[in-house]
Amino acid sequence: MSKNYGESLATALVWLCAASVAGVFIWMLSDIVRHGLAALSWTFLTSATADAGREGGIAPILVSTAMILGVCLAASIPVGLGAAVLLSELSSSNPLFSRLVRRSLDVLAGMPSIIFGLFGNALFCKTLGMGFSILSGGLTLACMVLPIFIRAAEEGLRSVPREYRLGAAALGLSRSGTLFRLLIPAAAPGLLVGLVLGVGRALAETAALIFTSGYVDRFPSSPFDSGRALSIHIYDLAMNVPGGNANAYGSTFVLVAVLFLLNLSAARLAAALSRRSSPI
Amino acid sequence: MKTPHSASVKSVSRPSAPGAFIHARGLSLTYGGKTAFSGISLPVATGSITALIGPSGCGKTSFLNCINRLTDLIGGCRTTGLVEVGGVDIRCPNTDVVTLRRRVGMIFQKPNPFPLSIVQNLEFPLREHGVRDSRGRGESAEAALRDVGLWDEVKDRLNSPALALSGGQQQRLCLARALVLKPEALLMDEPCSALDPLSGGLIEELISGMRGRYTVLIVTHNLQQARRIADHAAFFWMRGGEGRLIEHGPAEEIFENPRDELTAAYVSGIRG
Amino acid sequence: MRSSESSISCPSRADRVLLWTLRVCAAAAGSVSALIAVFVLLESWPVLRHAGPAAFITGGTWRPTAGLYDLTPMLWGTMLTMCGSVALATPLGVASAVFSRYYAPPPLAAVYRRMIEILAGIPSVVYGFWGLVVVVPLIGRLHPPGPSLLAGTLILALMILPTIALMADASLATVPKNYALGAAALGLTRWATIRRVLLPAAKSGLFTGVVLAAGRAIGETMAILMVAGNVVQFPRGIFDPVRTLTANIALEMAYAMGDHRSALFVSGLVLLCAISALVLLAERVDPGSAHE
Repeated sequence: MSKNYGESLATALVWLCAASVAGVFIWMLSDIVRHGLAALSWTFLTSATADAGREGGIAPILVSTAMILGVCLAASIPVGLGAAVLLSELSSSNPLFSRLVRRSLDVLAGMPSIIFGLFGNALFCKTLGMGFSILSGGLTLACMVLPIFIRAAEEGLRSVPREYRLGAAALGLSRSGTLFRLLIPAAAPGLLVGLVLGVGRALAETAALIFTSGYVDRFPSSPFDSGRALSIHIYDLAMNVPGGNANAYGSTFVLVAVLFLLNLSAARLAAALSRRSSPI
Repeated sequence: MKTPHSASVKSVSRPSAPGAFIHARGLSLTYGGKTAFSGISLPVATGSITALIGPSGCGKTSFLNCINRLTDLIGGCRTTGLVEVGGVDIRCPNTDVVTLRRRVGMIFQKPNPFPLSIVQNLEFPLREHGVRDSRGRGESAEAALRDVGLWDEVKDRLNSPALALSGGQQQRLCLARALVLKPEALLMDEPCSALDPLSGGLIEELISGMRGRYTVLIVTHNLQQARRIADHAAFFWMRGGEGRLIEHGPAEEIFENPRDELTAAYVSGIRG
Repeated sequence: MRSSESSISCPSRADRVLLWTLRVCAAAAGSVSALIAVFVLLESWPVLRHAGPAAFITGGTWRPTAGLYDLTPMLWGTMLTMCGSVALATPLGVASAVFSRYYAPPPLAAVYRRMIEILAGIPSVVYGFWGLVVVVPLIGRLHPPGPSLLAGTLILALMILPTIALMADASLATVPKNYALGAAALGLTRWATIRRVLLPAAKSGLFTGVVLAAGRAIGETMAILMVAGNVVQFPRGIFDPVRTLTANIALEMAYAMGDHRSALFVSGLVLLCAISALVLLAERVDPGSAHE
């Protein structure tokens, strides 16, 4: 009897835990969707901020966010791809070097974002003299995104079947030819996944940008201008602007929606691409 | 030794090698502390079809990989002995491996066309080996496809994915891909074993037709196939944990009247 | 008889250029973490020289304008929120994993797992915002002021729960199936099997998950900044506002100069040490698992 009692109690508790977690999740999401949709409109997305952000829209914020993202990707993708290729294809001829790089990237992946903020401030804003700018913010984010992108790109390259490499070698094809015309296109699903993960991380980032890319909520005229990312805008409206909650909800909705769509389409695309390129 | 840019791939002059285009002398291979095979001495007559027969695990595939230095890709390989291709020892470190692999093509057991279109599978290697003229590439591709009997089947869909072809067609495409570089020798690792009998038969016919034009070294488990197409045969067996060459010679001798009793037992099916 | 070892075939010039370009890329990527350490140390140096390391644990309070750099109130804030959130999130996270693996019918389990994955991807500023507009006022009605240690702990627990749940799920997946079969054959009930056989078997993975979640909790900035109140004090109850190391940096960095700025870098250094200690702990218990 007591065995059954313990069993049903355990079952009840587990279901209760799951229900509470699900409940909080639904509570949070429905709150954001409800208030976010209320603040959302075409003018909201296309007009400039006004009255410290209480009124008006988030168009300059979206532009700044896009520019920061652009700088981040432009810096991290070439370097990340190069590193991933070396680690996955050529690590046998550079074993110690590869091991060091990998270890270093693992350490990098575990650092909290505020440390990146400190680093970015010290290196980009102060030492390199870029000040609070989109460039500083983007480059700081690039450092954060690098380990994520490299890991996914490496996975993608590893998943390319060995037969292609052997076939290419047996034909006496050059390493660079094999790489650019065969391996990288075949690894596209993994690279795309890495890209999306990196973009997702960059968009969600706030602490690293707070003192690298600046606070200005006007339209930026160049990457050297200070610019405010979407995540920072939400923070500012919530914490520093009384009455800014409505627009903060709108911004939050936009951010969450973009991240959600990003992940959804990337998963679909990656699946479609891998179906196309796998041998029968 | 880079091939000059031209409309088709030309042969590079090399010391003449009458008799045996490929010649292994006392070749041994170890990797990871394990010996794959040892003491293989085998002359492969130019223009002939030589079958490597014997049970799996005796080092036949590894032997093939030594000849076009594909062993470079497998970490920790050490070889001793000599491998001469066209009279030149290709094991010395300053061998131009790119040219070697153009002269000696390879067909794998499982068809491995690139995830590109049919015509790109053929033009990509040509471009890599310096053929700049796109019309010349197109002509070479068509010639190679005709050579393997694929032209009529695929001429209307040259730009469709190669992976959409059937297994037999893919293997013929891989053969065309090797032939488009105008090699002098072909190494084949059980090219028909992953195919249905009909496709396998087609490939066999093609291989037969190569006699005199190419030097062919083919690993096969199918003794009937070896009897049908081989001019020479080499019998491998495992001894002392290492692959060894027990006997080699003209095909009729190996199959009808072998000198070694182990060979006799294998070819008659008593041991396998 | 000559022997040759495997060697890269003599590469063309394009291949050599490629190889060196790749090496440069990899070196650049690999040097970032070292650069971070160097810069944080360099920027910390001035105040360590002027005020000495002892200033960071004595002095009573943090008031850089008065030359007081005591980090202990913030250290308390960080530790308390971390411990509280881990204590709350671990049972809930493990229960989530157990629920989706052993209790929920497969379609529900799939939905639940998806929900946890979505939770894991929500940005911290969104958690902070929701906490600020929904949770804090609720707590404020219970006991003013609202922004408090309790709020911080609750929101942090919500944030690290997916980490624990996903890692627990992954570790339970690696438990060999015949453990459960063997237990069933002995007539053990579901809960008994889970409690006495499966969870202990997944112990090291679970521990790693908890340690990693703790690391995440220590490093979390935005959410805690928005809901925990940010008053520099030793909290006397859960309704008191607190300030963590991370919030401290985020709040003051934008306008700090000279020794003040340098002191913030020192707190960054302390943060790095705390997280490294946790990662080393995770490595000790389950080598290789910290690199998930």
